[in-house]
Amino acid sequence: MSTLASPAAPRLADSFIELPARERARALLDPGTFRELLGPFDRIESPWLPLQGIVCQADDGAVIARGTIDGQPAVVAALESAFQGGSIGEVSGSKIAAALELALRDCERGRIVRPVILFETGGVRLQEANLGLAVIAEMQAAIVALRRHVPVVGVIAGMVGCFGGMSLAAALTSHLVVTRQGRLGMNGPEVIEQEAGIEELDSSDRRRVWQLIGGEQRAATGLADSLVEDDAHAVRGAVAQAFAQGLASTPRSAQVETYLARLAEIDPQDVTPESMRAVFHGAPHSTRKEQS
Amino acid sequence: MSDTQLTRGARWFRALAGDTSTTTPAPVWSGDAPLDGEATRFITVVPDPQNRFVRATDNVVGLEQGWLLARAVRDVIAKDAHAQRRRPIVAIVDVKSQAYGYREEMLGVHLACAAAVDAYATARDAGHPVIALIVGPAMSGAFLAHGYQANRILALDAPGTLVHAMGKEAAARVTRRTVAELDKLGETIVPMSYSMTSFAKLGLLDELIDGIDADAPTDAHIDRVRSALARAVSEARGDTRGLARRLDNPAAQQNRAASIEVRRRLAEQWDAA
Repeated sequence: MSTLASPAAPRLADSFIELPARERARALLDPGTFRELLGPFDRIESPWLPLQGIVCQADDGAVIARGTIDGQPAVVAALESAFQGGSIGEVSGSKIAAALELALRDCERGRIVRPVILFETGGVRLQEANLGLAVIAEMQAAIVALRRHVPVVGVIAGMVGCFGGMSLAAALTSHLVVTRQGRLGMNGPEVIEQEAGIEELDSSDRRRVWQLIGGEQRAATGLADSLVEDDAHAVRGAVAQAFAQGLASTPRSAQVETYLARLAEIDPQDVTPESMRAVFHGAPHSTRKEQS
Repeated sequence: MSDTQLTRGARWFRALAGDTSTTTPAPVWSGDAPLDGEATRFITVVPDPQNRFVRATDNVVGLEQGWLLARAVRDVIAKDAHAQRRRPIVAIVDVKSQAYGYREEMLGVHLACAAAVDAYATARDAGHPVIALIVGPAMSGAFLAHGYQANRILALDAPGTLVHAMGKEAAARVTRRTVAELDKLGETIVPMSYSMTSFAKLGLLDELIDGIDADAPTDAHIDRVRSALARAVSEARGDTRGLARRLDNPAAQQNRAASIEVRRRLAEQWDAA
Protein backbone atom coordinates (compact mmCIF):
# COMPACT_ATOMS: atom_id res chain seq x y z
CA MET A 1 0.00 0.00 0.00
CA SER A 2 1.33 3.40 -0.89
CA THR A 3 1.14 6.30 1.45
CA LEU A 4 -1.47 7.83 -0.85
CA ALA A 5 -4.12 5.39 0.30
CA SER A 6 -6.63 6.92 2.67
CA PRO A 7 -9.03 4.97 4.89
CA ALA A 8 -11.89 5.89 2.51
CA ALA A 9 -10.13 4.57 -0.60
CA PRO A 10 -12.17 1.98 -2.47
CA ARG A 11 -11.12 -1.63 -2.03
CA LEU A 12 -10.01 -2.14 -5.62
CA ALA A 13 -9.61 -5.87 -5.14
CA ASP A 14 -13.38 -6.21 -4.77
CA SER A 15 -14.51 -3.53 -7.17
CA PHE A 16 -17.11 -4.73 -9.67
CA ILE A 17 -16.85 -1.63 -11.84
CA GLU A 18 -13.16 -2.22 -12.43
CA LEU A 19 -13.87 -5.64 -13.95
CA PRO A 20 -14.18 -6.09 -17.71
CA ALA A 21 -17.40 -7.69 -18.97
CA ARG A 22 -16.02 -11.23 -19.00
CA GLU A 23 -14.88 -11.03 -15.39
CA ARG A 24 -18.13 -9.40 -14.33
CA ALA A 25 -20.04 -12.36 -15.77
CA ARG A 26 -17.66 -14.77 -14.04
CA ALA A 27 -18.11 -12.95 -10.72
CA LEU A 28 -21.88 -13.45 -10.79
CA LEU A 29 -21.80 -17.17 -11.50
CA ASP A 30 -21.04 -19.87 -8.93
CA PRO A 31 -17.26 -20.46 -8.74
CA GLY A 32 -15.97 -22.79 -11.42
CA THR A 33 -19.20 -22.85 -13.45
CA PHE A 34 -18.45 -20.06 -15.97
CA ARG A 35 -18.62 -21.29 -19.57
CA GLU A 36 -18.49 -18.72 -22.35
CA LEU A 37 -20.61 -19.10 -25.48
CA LEU A 38 -19.60 -17.55 -28.79
CA GLY A 39 -16.35 -16.38 -27.25
CA PRO A 40 -13.53 -14.50 -28.97
CA PHE A 41 -12.24 -17.69 -30.63
CA ASP A 42 -15.53 -18.13 -32.45
CA ARG A 43 -14.76 -14.80 -34.08
CA ILE A 44 -18.23 -13.65 -34.98
CA GLU A 45 -17.53 -10.00 -35.64
CA SER A 46 -19.52 -7.07 -36.89
CA PRO A 47 -19.93 -7.28 -40.68
CA TRP A 48 -20.55 -3.52 -40.81
CA LEU A 49 -17.65 -1.89 -38.94
CA PRO A 50 -14.85 -2.94 -41.38
CA LEU A 51 -16.78 -1.30 -44.22
CA GLN A 52 -16.38 1.95 -42.30
CA GLY A 53 -12.71 1.50 -41.44
CA ILE A 54 -13.38 0.61 -37.80
CA VAL A 55 -11.46 -2.22 -36.16
CA CYS A 56 -13.63 -5.09 -34.94
CA GLN A 57 -13.43 -6.97 -31.69
CA ALA A 58 -13.64 -10.76 -31.77
CA ASP A 59 -16.58 -10.87 -29.35
CA ASP A 60 -18.19 -7.64 -30.65
CA GLY A 61 -18.26 -6.35 -27.09
CA ALA A 62 -20.80 -8.81 -25.70
CA VAL A 63 -19.99 -11.75 -23.44
CA ILE A 64 -22.50 -14.58 -23.05
CA ALA A 65 -21.79 -17.05 -20.27
CA ARG A 66 -23.61 -20.04 -18.90
CA GLY A 67 -23.16 -21.41 -15.41
CA THR A 68 -25.15 -21.59 -12.22
CA ILE A 69 -26.39 -19.04 -9.67
CA ASP A 70 -27.05 -20.63 -6.28
CA GLY A 71 -26.84 -23.96 -8.04
CA GLN A 72 -29.55 -23.13 -10.59
CA PRO A 73 -28.85 -22.97 -14.36
CA ALA A 74 -28.20 -19.41 -15.47
CA VAL A 75 -27.08 -17.30 -18.39
CA VAL A 76 -25.32 -13.95 -18.05
CA ALA A 77 -25.09 -11.42 -20.88
CA ALA A 78 -22.51 -8.72 -20.22
CA LEU A 79 -21.72 -5.68 -22.35
CA GLU A 80 -18.13 -4.47 -22.57
CA SER A 81 -17.99 -0.69 -22.32
CA ALA A 82 -14.36 -0.63 -23.50
CA PHE A 83 -15.47 -1.59 -27.01
CA GLN A 84 -17.51 1.11 -28.78
CA GLY A 85 -19.00 2.24 -25.48
CA GLY A 86 -20.95 -0.99 -25.06
CA SER A 87 -23.04 0.01 -28.05
CA ILE A 88 -25.48 -2.44 -29.60
CA GLY A 89 -24.54 -3.66 -33.04
CA GLU A 90 -26.08 -6.48 -35.04
CA VAL A 91 -23.80 -9.11 -33.51
CA SER A 92 -23.54 -7.93 -29.90
CA GLY A 93 -27.29 -7.33 -29.75
CA SER A 94 -28.14 -10.62 -31.45
CA LYS A 95 -25.94 -12.49 -28.96
CA ILE A 96 -28.03 -11.10 -26.09
CA ALA A 97 -31.36 -11.59 -27.89
CA ALA A 98 -30.43 -15.15 -28.85
CA ALA A 99 -29.35 -15.99 -25.28
CA LEU A 100 -32.68 -14.72 -23.95
CA GLU A 101 -34.61 -16.58 -26.66
CA LEU A 102 -32.83 -19.85 -25.76
CA ALA A 103 -33.49 -19.25 -22.06
CA LEU A 104 -37.16 -18.75 -22.99
CA ARG A 105 -37.22 -21.98 -24.98
CA ASP A 106 -35.80 -23.87 -22.01
CA CYS A 107 -38.24 -22.24 -19.58
CA GLU A 108 -41.15 -23.19 -21.83
CA ARG A 109 -39.91 -26.77 -21.69
CA GLY A 110 -39.92 -26.62 -17.91
CA ARG A 111 -36.17 -26.11 -17.51
CA ILE A 112 -35.80 -22.78 -15.76
CA VAL A 113 -32.74 -20.74 -16.72
CA ARG A 114 -31.94 -17.63 -14.69
CA PRO A 115 -31.16 -14.69 -17.02
CA VAL A 116 -28.96 -11.76 -15.99
CA ILE A 117 -28.13 -8.78 -18.22
CA LEU A 118 -25.22 -6.49 -17.37
CA PHE A 119 -26.10 -3.18 -18.99
CA GLU A 120 -23.16 -0.95 -19.79
CA THR A 121 -24.19 0.79 -22.96
CA GLY A 122 -24.96 4.04 -24.70
CA GLY A 123 -27.61 2.26 -26.80
CA VAL A 124 -27.64 1.68 -30.55
CA ARG A 125 -24.26 1.58 -32.31
CA LEU A 126 -24.80 4.31 -34.86
CA GLN A 127 -22.56 2.64 -37.45
CA GLU A 128 -25.11 -0.20 -37.53
CA ALA A 129 -28.07 2.06 -36.83
CA ASN A 130 -31.22 0.28 -37.97
CA LEU A 131 -29.95 -3.18 -37.14
CA GLY A 132 -29.01 -2.06 -33.64
CA LEU A 133 -32.54 -0.76 -33.17
CA ALA A 134 -34.04 -3.95 -34.62
CA VAL A 135 -32.12 -6.28 -32.30
CA ILE A 136 -33.05 -4.15 -29.29
CA ALA A 137 -36.72 -4.67 -30.22
CA GLU A 138 -36.04 -8.43 -30.41
CA MET A 139 -34.30 -8.38 -27.03
CA GLN A 140 -37.26 -6.54 -25.53
CA ALA A 141 -39.73 -9.07 -26.95
CA ALA A 142 -37.71 -11.85 -25.33
CA ILE A 143 -37.52 -10.10 -21.94
CA VAL A 144 -41.30 -9.60 -21.80
CA ALA A 145 -41.93 -13.26 -22.70
CA LEU A 146 -39.23 -14.64 -20.39
CA ARG A 147 -40.33 -12.55 -17.42
CA ARG A 148 -43.49 -14.69 -17.12
CA HIS A 149 -41.37 -17.74 -16.28
CA VAL A 150 -38.44 -16.44 -14.28
CA PRO A 151 -37.24 -13.06 -12.99
CA VAL A 152 -35.06 -11.29 -15.55
CA VAL A 153 -32.41 -9.48 -13.54
CA GLY A 154 -30.56 -6.42 -14.81
CA VAL A 155 -27.43 -4.79 -13.39
CA ILE A 156 -26.24 -1.24 -14.08
CA ALA A 157 -22.89 -0.98 -12.36
CA GLY A 158 -21.21 1.92 -14.21
CA MET A 159 -19.31 3.77 -15.34
CA VAL A 160 -20.92 4.11 -18.78
CA GLY A 161 -24.47 3.54 -17.52
CA CYS A 162 -27.45 2.51 -19.59
CA PHE A 163 -29.01 4.74 -22.24
CA GLY A 164 -31.04 4.82 -25.44
CA GLY A 165 -33.15 1.85 -26.44
CA MET A 166 -31.31 -0.26 -23.88
CA SER A 167 -32.73 1.87 -21.06
CA LEU A 168 -36.13 0.53 -22.13
CA ALA A 169 -34.77 -3.01 -21.97
CA ALA A 170 -33.50 -2.29 -18.45
CA ALA A 171 -36.92 -0.93 -17.50
CA LEU A 172 -38.52 -4.18 -18.70
CA THR A 173 -36.47 -6.37 -16.36
CA SER A 174 -38.11 -7.85 -13.26
CA HIS A 175 -35.44 -6.54 -10.95
CA LEU A 176 -32.80 -3.90 -11.48
CA VAL A 177 -29.61 -3.74 -9.40
CA VAL A 178 -27.68 -0.45 -9.50
CA THR A 179 -24.64 1.10 -7.89
CA ARG A 180 -24.22 4.80 -7.11
CA GLN A 181 -21.89 4.93 -10.11
CA GLY A 182 -24.52 3.50 -12.46
CA ARG A 183 -26.69 5.90 -14.45
CA LEU A 184 -29.99 5.10 -16.14
CA GLY A 185 -31.69 7.38 -18.64
CA MET A 186 -33.19 7.32 -22.11
CA ASN A 187 -31.35 10.33 -23.47
CA GLY A 188 -27.85 11.02 -22.26
CA PRO A 189 -27.17 14.46 -20.74
CA GLU A 190 -25.22 15.58 -23.80
CA VAL A 191 -28.10 14.61 -26.08
CA ILE A 192 -30.57 16.60 -23.99
CA GLU A 193 -28.32 19.63 -23.98
CA GLN A 194 -27.94 19.30 -27.75
CA GLU A 195 -31.65 18.83 -28.47
CA ALA A 196 -33.21 21.06 -25.84
CA GLY A 197 -30.55 23.64 -25.06
CA ILE A 198 -28.22 24.30 -22.17
CA GLU A 199 -31.05 25.99 -20.18
CA GLU A 200 -32.77 22.60 -20.11
CA LEU A 201 -29.70 20.74 -18.87
CA ASP A 202 -26.04 21.69 -18.63
CA SER A 203 -24.40 18.33 -19.26
CA SER A 204 -21.15 19.53 -17.71
CA ASP A 205 -22.93 20.03 -14.37
CA ARG A 206 -21.99 16.59 -13.10
CA ARG A 207 -23.65 16.96 -9.72
CA ARG A 208 -26.96 17.85 -11.34
CA VAL A 209 -26.67 14.91 -13.73
CA TRP A 210 -25.97 12.41 -10.93
CA GLN A 211 -28.89 13.74 -8.90
CA LEU A 212 -31.07 13.29 -11.97
CA ILE A 213 -30.21 9.82 -13.28
CA GLY A 214 -27.70 8.32 -10.84
CA GLY A 215 -28.26 4.92 -9.25
CA GLU A 216 -29.04 6.32 -5.81
CA GLN A 217 -31.85 8.51 -7.17
CA ARG A 218 -33.20 5.69 -9.34
CA ALA A 219 -33.37 3.35 -6.35
CA ALA A 220 -34.89 6.03 -4.09
CA THR A 221 -37.67 6.62 -6.62
CA GLY A 222 -38.43 2.96 -7.32
CA LEU A 223 -37.05 3.05 -10.86
CA ALA A 224 -34.42 0.56 -9.68
CA ASP A 225 -34.80 -2.09 -7.00
CA SER A 226 -31.50 -2.66 -5.22
CA LEU A 227 -28.77 -0.13 -4.54
CA VAL A 228 -25.45 -1.83 -3.81
CA GLU A 229 -21.86 -0.77 -3.21
CA ASP A 230 -19.28 -1.17 -5.95
CA ASP A 231 -18.33 -4.59 -4.64
CA ALA A 232 -18.42 -7.87 -6.56
CA HIS A 233 -19.83 -9.75 -3.57
CA ALA A 234 -22.55 -7.17 -3.03
CA VAL A 235 -23.63 -7.25 -6.68
CA ARG A 236 -23.59 -11.01 -6.68
CA GLY A 237 -25.61 -11.12 -3.46
CA ALA A 238 -28.24 -8.71 -4.83
CA VAL A 239 -28.60 -10.74 -8.03
CA ALA A 240 -28.97 -14.01 -6.12
CA GLN A 241 -31.48 -12.37 -3.77
CA ALA A 242 -33.55 -11.15 -6.73
CA PHE A 243 -33.88 -14.72 -8.00
CA ALA A 244 -34.61 -16.04 -4.51
CA GLN A 245 -37.52 -13.58 -4.25
CA GLY A 246 -39.16 -15.16 -7.28
CA LEU A 247 -41.55 -13.60 -9.75
CA ALA A 248 -42.83 -10.08 -9.21
CA SER A 249 -46.59 -9.80 -8.93
CA THR A 250 -46.73 -7.03 -11.52
CA PRO A 251 -43.60 -5.85 -13.32
CA ARG A 252 -42.92 -2.14 -13.05
CA SER A 253 -43.49 -1.54 -16.78
CA ALA A 254 -46.98 -3.07 -16.50
CA GLN A 255 -48.12 -0.84 -13.62
CA VAL A 256 -49.82 1.59 -15.97
CA GLU A 257 -52.46 3.09 -13.70
CA THR A 258 -50.07 3.43 -10.76
CA TYR A 259 -47.60 5.43 -12.81
CA LEU A 260 -50.22 7.53 -14.60
CA ALA A 261 -51.59 8.46 -11.17
CA ARG A 262 -48.11 9.38 -9.97
CA LEU A 263 -47.48 11.53 -13.03
CA ALA A 264 -50.79 13.30 -12.44
CA GLU A 265 -49.61 14.22 -8.94
CA ILE A 266 -46.47 15.85 -10.32
CA ASP A 267 -46.35 19.53 -11.16
CA PRO A 268 -43.88 19.74 -14.05
CA GLN A 269 -43.23 23.40 -13.28
CA ASP A 270 -41.41 22.89 -10.03
CA VAL A 271 -40.66 19.20 -9.66
CA THR A 272 -37.11 18.37 -8.54
CA PRO A 273 -35.29 15.05 -8.10
CA GLU A 274 -35.76 15.58 -4.37
CA SER A 275 -39.45 16.47 -4.44
CA MET A 276 -40.36 13.66 -6.81
CA ARG A 277 -39.34 11.16 -4.13
CA ALA A 278 -42.53 11.95 -2.23
CA VAL A 279 -44.59 10.64 -5.15
CA PHE A 280 -42.30 8.07 -6.75
CA HIS A 281 -41.10 5.57 -4.24
CA GLY A 282 -40.14 1.94 -4.15
CA ALA A 283 -43.54 0.77 -2.91
CA PRO A 284 -44.51 -1.84 -5.51
CA HIS A 285 -41.22 -3.62 -5.25
CA SER A 286 -40.43 -3.10 -1.58
CA THR A 287 -43.82 -4.49 -0.54
CA ARG A 288 -43.00 -7.59 -2.53
CA LYS A 289 -39.80 -7.83 -0.59
CA GLU A 290 -41.68 -7.56 2.67
CA GLN A 291 -44.05 -10.32 1.65
CA SER A 292 -41.34 -12.83 0.82
CA MET B 1 -56.95 21.20 -35.37
CA SER B 2 -58.09 22.17 -38.83
CA ASP B 3 -57.92 19.61 -41.57
CA THR B 4 -55.03 21.23 -43.39
CA GLN B 5 -52.89 21.17 -40.26
CA LEU B 6 -53.40 17.52 -39.49
CA THR B 7 -50.25 15.53 -38.91
CA ARG B 8 -49.87 12.33 -40.89
CA GLY B 9 -50.77 10.23 -37.87
CA ALA B 10 -53.93 12.21 -37.23
CA ARG B 11 -54.90 12.19 -40.90
CA TRP B 12 -54.52 8.44 -41.27
CA PHE B 13 -56.27 7.79 -37.98
CA ARG B 14 -59.28 9.73 -39.28
CA ALA B 15 -59.08 8.03 -42.65
CA LEU B 16 -59.00 4.53 -41.15
CA ALA B 17 -60.87 4.86 -37.87
CA GLY B 18 -63.33 7.63 -38.71
CA ASP B 19 -64.08 10.68 -36.61
CA THR B 20 -62.43 11.17 -33.26
CA SER B 21 -65.52 11.82 -31.12
CA THR B 22 -65.36 8.35 -29.61
CA THR B 23 -61.62 8.21 -29.18
CA THR B 24 -59.36 9.19 -26.33
CA PRO B 25 -58.04 12.78 -26.46
CA ALA B 26 -54.55 13.96 -27.45
CA PRO B 27 -51.75 13.10 -27.14
CA VAL B 28 -52.80 9.49 -27.81
CA TRP B 29 -55.80 8.82 -30.00
CA SER B 30 -57.21 5.36 -29.50
CA GLY B 31 -60.48 4.01 -30.78
CA ASP B 32 -62.20 1.03 -32.36
CA ALA B 33 -63.46 0.87 -35.92
CA PRO B 34 -64.19 -1.95 -38.33
CA LEU B 35 -61.47 -3.28 -40.61
CA ASP B 36 -62.68 -5.87 -43.09
CA GLY B 37 -65.81 -6.24 -40.95
CA GLU B 38 -63.90 -6.87 -37.75
CA ALA B 39 -63.64 -4.46 -34.80
CA THR B 40 -60.05 -3.20 -34.71
CA ARG B 41 -58.23 -0.92 -32.31
CA PHE B 42 -56.43 1.99 -33.99
CA ILE B 43 -53.85 3.94 -31.99
CA THR B 44 -51.74 6.95 -32.89
CA VAL B 45 -49.73 9.73 -31.23
CA VAL B 46 -50.83 13.27 -32.15
CA PRO B 47 -49.49 16.71 -31.19
CA ASP B 48 -50.84 18.08 -27.92
CA PRO B 49 -50.01 21.80 -27.80
CA GLN B 50 -51.48 22.13 -24.30
CA ASN B 51 -49.55 19.22 -22.79
CA ARG B 52 -48.26 20.16 -19.35
CA PHE B 53 -44.89 18.66 -20.25
CA VAL B 54 -43.59 21.37 -22.56
CA ARG B 55 -40.98 19.15 -24.19
CA ALA B 56 -43.72 16.75 -25.32
CA THR B 57 -46.26 18.90 -27.17
CA ASP B 58 -45.34 17.59 -30.63
CA ASN B 59 -45.94 14.12 -32.04
CA VAL B 60 -43.20 12.63 -29.87
CA VAL B 61 -43.28 9.90 -27.24
CA GLY B 62 -42.85 11.45 -23.81
CA LEU B 63 -43.96 10.47 -20.33
CA GLU B 64 -47.72 10.73 -20.86
CA GLN B 65 -47.59 9.38 -24.40
CA GLY B 66 -45.71 6.26 -23.32
CA TRP B 67 -48.03 5.41 -20.45
CA LEU B 68 -51.16 6.31 -22.45
CA LEU B 69 -50.08 4.07 -25.32
CA ALA B 70 -49.70 1.29 -22.74
CA ARG B 71 -53.18 2.05 -21.37
CA ALA B 72 -54.75 2.00 -24.86
CA VAL B 73 -53.21 -1.39 -25.64
CA ARG B 74 -53.91 -2.92 -22.24
CA ASP B 75 -57.52 -1.78 -22.52
CA VAL B 76 -57.87 -4.03 -25.58
CA ILE B 77 -56.13 -6.93 -23.86
CA ALA B 78 -58.50 -6.65 -20.89
CA LYS B 79 -61.61 -6.36 -23.06
CA ASP B 80 -60.71 -9.49 -25.02
CA ALA B 81 -59.31 -11.48 -22.10
CA HIS B 82 -62.06 -14.07 -22.44
CA ALA B 83 -62.76 -13.67 -26.14
CA GLN B 84 -62.16 -16.53 -28.54
CA ARG B 85 -60.84 -14.15 -31.14
CA ARG B 86 -58.57 -11.29 -30.06
CA ARG B 87 -59.17 -8.05 -31.92
CA PRO B 88 -56.42 -6.62 -34.14
CA ILE B 89 -54.43 -3.59 -33.06
CA VAL B 90 -53.13 -1.13 -35.67
CA ALA B 91 -50.41 1.26 -34.52
CA ILE B 92 -50.37 4.22 -36.89
CA VAL B 93 -46.77 5.39 -36.67
CA ASP B 94 -45.83 9.06 -37.07
CA VAL B 95 -43.40 9.80 -34.25
CA LYS B 96 -40.50 12.21 -34.64
CA SER B 97 -38.58 11.11 -31.55
CA GLN B 98 -38.82 10.41 -27.88
CA ALA B 99 -39.21 13.56 -25.78
CA TYR B 100 -35.88 15.12 -24.82
CA GLY B 101 -36.03 16.97 -21.52
CA TYR B 102 -34.80 17.32 -17.97
CA ARG B 103 -38.19 16.43 -16.46
CA GLU B 104 -38.60 13.56 -18.88
CA GLU B 105 -35.39 11.94 -17.68
CA MET B 106 -36.18 12.68 -14.04
CA LEU B 107 -39.62 11.09 -14.18
CA GLY B 108 -38.53 8.07 -16.17
CA VAL B 109 -39.35 8.53 -19.86
CA HIS B 110 -37.39 5.29 -20.38
CA LEU B 111 -39.94 3.47 -18.22
CA ALA B 112 -42.89 5.17 -19.92
CA CYS B 113 -41.60 4.00 -23.32
CA ALA B 114 -40.89 0.54 -21.88
CA ALA B 115 -44.49 0.39 -20.65
CA ALA B 116 -45.68 0.81 -24.24
CA VAL B 117 -43.21 -1.84 -25.45
CA ASP B 118 -44.45 -4.16 -22.71
CA ALA B 119 -48.11 -3.62 -23.61
CA TYR B 120 -47.66 -4.21 -27.35
CA ALA B 121 -45.48 -7.31 -26.79
CA THR B 122 -48.00 -8.64 -24.26
CA ALA B 123 -50.86 -8.08 -26.72
CA ARG B 124 -48.97 -9.89 -29.48
CA ASP B 125 -48.18 -12.79 -27.16
CA ALA B 126 -51.85 -12.93 -26.13
CA GLY B 127 -52.85 -13.47 -29.77
CA HIS B 128 -53.86 -9.98 -30.86
CA PRO B 129 -52.61 -9.40 -34.40
CA VAL B 130 -50.51 -6.24 -33.99
CA ILE B 131 -49.80 -4.26 -37.16
CA ALA B 132 -47.60 -1.19 -37.45
CA LEU B 133 -48.48 1.19 -40.28
CA ILE B 134 -45.69 3.71 -40.84
CA VAL B 135 -47.09 6.93 -42.33
CA GLY B 136 -44.39 9.38 -41.18
CA PRO B 137 -41.13 9.20 -39.24
CA ALA B 138 -40.62 6.12 -37.06
CA MET B 139 -37.69 7.31 -35.02
CA SER B 140 -35.56 5.45 -32.56
CA GLY B 141 -36.97 5.03 -29.06
CA ALA B 142 -40.34 6.36 -30.16
CA PHE B 143 -40.65 3.56 -32.73
CA LEU B 144 -39.52 0.99 -30.15
CA ALA B 145 -42.44 2.20 -28.00
CA HIS B 146 -44.99 2.47 -30.78
CA GLY B 147 -44.75 -0.07 -33.57
CA TYR B 148 -41.60 -2.16 -33.32
CA GLN B 149 -43.26 -4.97 -31.33
CA ALA B 150 -45.75 -5.62 -34.14
CA ASN B 151 -46.31 -8.94 -35.90
CA ARG B 152 -46.25 -7.08 -39.20
CA ILE B 153 -44.74 -3.76 -40.25
CA LEU B 154 -46.19 -1.91 -43.26
CA ALA B 155 -45.14 1.48 -44.58
CA LEU B 156 -46.32 3.99 -47.12
CA ASP B 157 -43.72 4.51 -49.84
CA ALA B 158 -44.00 8.29 -49.61
CA PRO B 159 -41.70 11.22 -48.83
CA GLY B 160 -41.34 11.59 -45.08
CA THR B 161 -41.68 7.96 -44.05
CA LEU B 162 -38.51 6.60 -42.49
CA VAL B 163 -37.14 4.37 -39.78
CA HIS B 164 -33.95 5.28 -38.02
CA ALA B 165 -32.03 5.21 -34.77
CA MET B 166 -31.08 8.87 -34.80
CA GLY B 167 -31.94 11.99 -36.79
CA LYS B 168 -29.52 12.71 -39.63
CA GLU B 169 -27.99 15.89 -38.22
CA ALA B 170 -27.43 14.39 -34.79
CA ALA B 171 -26.05 11.16 -36.24
CA ALA B 172 -23.62 13.13 -38.38
CA ARG B 173 -22.43 15.03 -35.32
CA VAL B 174 -21.98 11.95 -33.17
CA THR B 175 -20.17 9.92 -35.84
CA ARG B 176 -18.11 13.00 -36.87
CA ARG B 177 -19.32 12.97 -40.46
CA THR B 178 -21.15 15.41 -42.67
CA VAL B 179 -24.75 14.78 -43.65
CA ALA B 180 -23.56 14.25 -47.24
CA GLU B 181 -21.05 11.63 -46.08
CA LEU B 182 -23.78 9.94 -44.09
CA ASP B 183 -26.04 9.78 -47.16
CA LYS B 184 -23.17 8.31 -49.18
CA LEU B 185 -22.51 5.67 -46.52
CA GLY B 186 -26.19 4.77 -46.53
CA GLU B 187 -25.92 3.78 -50.16
CA THR B 188 -23.47 0.99 -49.38
CA ILE B 189 -24.19 0.23 -45.73
CA VAL B 190 -27.80 -0.85 -45.69
CA PRO B 191 -28.59 -0.42 -41.98
CA MET B 192 -27.32 3.17 -42.03
CA SER B 193 -29.60 4.30 -44.83
CA TYR B 194 -32.55 6.58 -44.15
CA SER B 195 -34.57 5.25 -47.09
CA MET B 196 -37.57 2.99 -46.65
CA THR B 197 -36.44 0.70 -49.49
CA SER B 198 -33.18 0.06 -47.60
CA PHE B 199 -35.13 -0.69 -44.45
CA ALA B 200 -37.10 -3.24 -46.47
CA LYS B 201 -33.82 -4.92 -47.47
CA LEU B 202 -33.25 -5.83 -43.82
CA GLY B 203 -36.25 -8.15 -43.87
CA LEU B 204 -38.06 -6.05 -41.29
CA LEU B 205 -40.72 -4.56 -43.55
CA ASP B 206 -43.61 -6.73 -44.68
CA GLU B 207 -45.04 -4.39 -47.27
CA LEU B 208 -44.06 -1.08 -48.79
CA ILE B 209 -47.31 0.35 -50.14
CA ASP B 210 -46.54 2.51 -53.15
CA GLY B 211 -48.57 5.06 -55.07
CA ILE B 212 -50.26 6.56 -52.01
CA ASP B 213 -50.51 10.30 -51.38
CA ALA B 214 -49.65 10.28 -47.67
CA ASP B 215 -50.85 13.85 -47.09
CA ALA B 216 -54.02 13.88 -49.20
CA PRO B 217 -55.09 10.29 -49.79
CA THR B 218 -58.00 9.62 -52.13
CA ASP B 219 -60.70 7.11 -51.23
CA ALA B 220 -59.00 4.61 -53.51
CA HIS B 221 -55.70 5.13 -51.67
CA ILE B 222 -57.39 4.57 -48.32
CA ASP B 223 -59.06 1.42 -49.63
CA ARG B 224 -55.72 0.03 -50.74
CA VAL B 225 -54.18 0.68 -47.33
CA ARG B 226 -57.20 -0.96 -45.66
CA SER B 227 -56.77 -4.04 -47.85
CA ALA B 228 -53.09 -4.24 -46.98
CA LEU B 229 -53.90 -3.97 -43.27
CA ALA B 230 -56.62 -6.61 -43.49
CA ARG B 231 -54.25 -8.95 -45.31
CA ALA B 232 -51.58 -8.40 -42.66
CA VAL B 233 -54.06 -9.08 -39.86
CA SER B 234 -55.20 -12.27 -41.49
CA GLU B 235 -51.64 -13.50 -42.01
CA ALA B 236 -50.58 -12.52 -38.50
CA ARG B 237 -53.28 -14.75 -37.03
CA GLY B 238 -51.24 -17.70 -38.23
CA ASP B 239 -47.96 -16.50 -36.68
CA THR B 240 -46.03 -18.46 -34.14
CA ARG B 241 -45.25 -16.39 -31.07
CA GLY B 242 -42.34 -13.99 -30.96
CA LEU B 243 -40.55 -12.10 -33.71
CA ALA B 244 -38.61 -15.00 -35.27
CA ARG B 245 -40.21 -14.49 -38.66
CA ARG B 246 -38.26 -11.25 -39.06
CA LEU B 247 -35.22 -13.47 -39.73
CA ASP B 248 -37.05 -16.06 -41.77
CA ASN B 249 -37.17 -14.37 -45.17
CA PRO B 250 -34.84 -13.91 -48.18
CA ALA B 251 -34.02 -10.26 -47.39
CA ALA B 252 -32.90 -11.13 -43.87
CA GLN B 253 -30.86 -14.06 -45.19
CA GLN B 254 -28.98 -11.59 -47.33
CA ASN B 255 -28.59 -8.57 -45.05
CA ARG B 256 -28.97 -10.08 -41.58
CA ALA B 257 -26.79 -13.12 -42.10
CA ALA B 258 -24.89 -12.32 -38.90
CA SER B 259 -28.12 -12.22 -36.83
CA ILE B 260 -28.99 -15.68 -38.15
CA GLU B 261 -25.48 -17.05 -37.71
CA VAL B 262 -25.28 -15.85 -34.10
CA ARG B 263 -28.53 -17.62 -33.27
CA ARG B 264 -27.53 -20.83 -35.00
CA ARG B 265 -24.15 -21.10 -33.32
CA LEU B 266 -25.31 -19.97 -29.91
CA ALA B 267 -27.96 -22.71 -30.00
CA GLU B 268 -25.22 -25.27 -30.82
CA GLN B 269 -23.19 -24.22 -27.82
CA TRP B 270 -26.08 -23.65 -25.43
CA ASP B 271 -25.93 -27.00 -23.68
CA ALA B 272 -22.53 -28.20 -22.53
CA ALA B 273 -21.16 -31.07 -24.61
